[in-house]
Amino acid sequence: MSAPVAPFPQVEHQRAVFADGLALDCGAAIRPLAVAWRGYGRLNAARSNAVLVCHALTGDQYVAETHPVTGRPGWWETIIGPGKPLDTDRYFVLCANVLGGCMGSTGPREEMTDAEGRGLGRPWGTDFPSITIRDMVRAQKRLTDHLGITRLLGVVGGSMGGMQVLEWAATYPEAVFAAAPIATAAHHSAQNIAFHEVGRAAIHADPDWKGGRYWEDGRVPAQGLSVARMVAHITYLSEQALTRKFGRRLRGASALTFLEDVFEVESYLRHQGSTFVRRFDANSYLTITRAMDYFDLAAEHGGDLANAFRGTATRFFVASFSSDWLFPTRESRALVRALNAAAANVSFVEFATDKGHDAFLLEEPEFHRALGGFLAGCADRLGV
Amino acid sequence: MDGPAERGEAIRYVAKNMRLDLRLIAEMIPRGAKVLDIGCGDGALLAHLTAEKGADARGIEIDMAAVTEAVASGLAVIHGDADTDLAFYPDGAFDYVVLSRTLQAVEKPREVLRQMLRIGRHAIVSFPNFGHWQMRWRLLVTGRMPDTETWNRPWYETPNIHPCTIADFFALCAMEGYVVEEWLAVDEHGRRAPWRRSARLANLFGEQALFKLRRG
Repeated sequence: MSAPVAPFPQVEHQRAVFADGLALDCGAAIRPLAVAWRGYGRLNAARSNAVLVCHALTGDQYVAETHPVTGRPGWWETIIGPGKPLDTDRYFVLCANVLGGCMGSTGPREEMTDAEGRGLGRPWGTDFPSITIRDMVRAQKRLTDHLGITRLLGVVGGSMGGMQVLEWAATYPEAVFAAAPIATAAHHSAQNIAFHEVGRAAIHADPDWKGGRYWEDGRVPAQGLSVARMVAHITYLSEQALTRKFGRRLRGASALTFLEDVFEVESYLRHQGSTFVRRFDANSYLTITRAMDYFDLAAEHGGDLANAFRGTATRFFVASFSSDWLFPTRESRALVRALNAAAANVSFVEFATDKGHDAFLLEEPEFHRALGGFLAGCADRLGV
Repeated sequence: MDGPAERGEAIRYVAKNMRLDLRLIAEMIPRGAKVLDIGCGDGALLAHLTAEKGADARGIEIDMAAVTEAVASGLAVIHGDADTDLAFYPDGAFDYVVLSRTLQAVEKPREVLRQMLRIGRHAIVSFPNFGHWQMRWRLLVTGRMPDTETWNRPWYETPNIHPCTIADFFALCAMEGYVVEEWLAVDEHGRRAPWRRSARLANLFGEQALFKLRRG
């Protein structure tokens, strides 16, 4: 489908390195641990105005600035900035590349290390240990500790970012004043795991993947990773949104010729796939999708989701979108009911939209107003 | 989703003249109480209880625009439905559970009341009185469903699917073993009506009823 791709040039990412490493849920440990991160706004003297943004599967820490690798705007610039819902005049907004990611944090693309932290002169690749959402959160906690932030004003994130928000609130309740899990769920559903497996199978089936050792000859499994992205992208949109954007329109033709016709939706997906492979690492994709599949917050707490939040003082704002079929409203509602059962302080809105799962990243004024008001109310309470 | 959306509209309609009505409810709630307001609209009562009474006040509202408004002003409100969501709160989670002018619009009023008194120590319920003399008079004289300021939608599209009278409500409380701690009848604008001593007169002349209950 595509010729060998030219990856974007590597850039230096700002990172915090922890020499003592991190013990993982799987029993392995990695050392050192590197956490690449970006901050916007100013941390106040009391260090009480920090809002941590957790990114989704293929996001990264460049949340509110032009991306140094792709040159594109930050993925959540719509809501982060002066005067915006995550107001950088008031809050210190930070975002870290997840553990297992490929934008500077420890992950399959970084140099493999031994138990003493010595570099082995090759990337981790598929030797990178299995990680969990909780491991990602522990890595972020190391960063906030390092910055001297004992309690975050807010932790905000959508999709896999929302899973991290929930894990933060469950694992470090005293460190989270307000939590906003958006378009997410307390576990990954069978259907979601199934879609991920299609993506992983596409990568595995690409001869350039070479059992994960594609880095040996400087190639990337572009076809497989691109197909994985195309499948995933369909799950991020709703049928209505696809119809509205593309319908049955053909590219460069007004009627079917039965020759080389390409529907606009096909060309859009191919574009999504081919740009993705330039910036994302296939082994990272395998590692992170697995972490999402493993996520089951209730199972971590004896099978009862309410146990994850028993006695919590954290204030929650749960948001879902009506046309999101990847993380449907019923998952958010189940979460809200568990929070109610735990007598937690929780707000919840299902926003009406036809934009599907992606709505959390797009222009949704009602959602932005609610999120901004929720955070501002919490900040008022804390005197920030 | 037609039903809930319509109910949302009905709740907004009554919200227009809720200020006095809300004040009467707020008077029944002591300082620092833990309160759940079902059908809280944009959160007017919650905001009042939080600011004036230091209450830990939370809400449930079915209409998205109203919930957004409430959450955007920093209130803890859930986009949900009294008929289905109350079951998920633990026993005794609240001191007061409020249902303001919504009882007649829920699917299962008796079950909603049970849930209110399961999750709250007290329930405060207000509803429009179908026993008001105007209703009786119009039904008697015209033979048609009444059309008044309160009951202002035709029978085939009204969200108020479970109208009751003050006498009916007393009977339900007796049947369920609830203790009526306080009750009063008010006019459409929430002003206290003078027939507080006689339930029979209140049932004839009160446009709205307000009850404070506890488990027997």
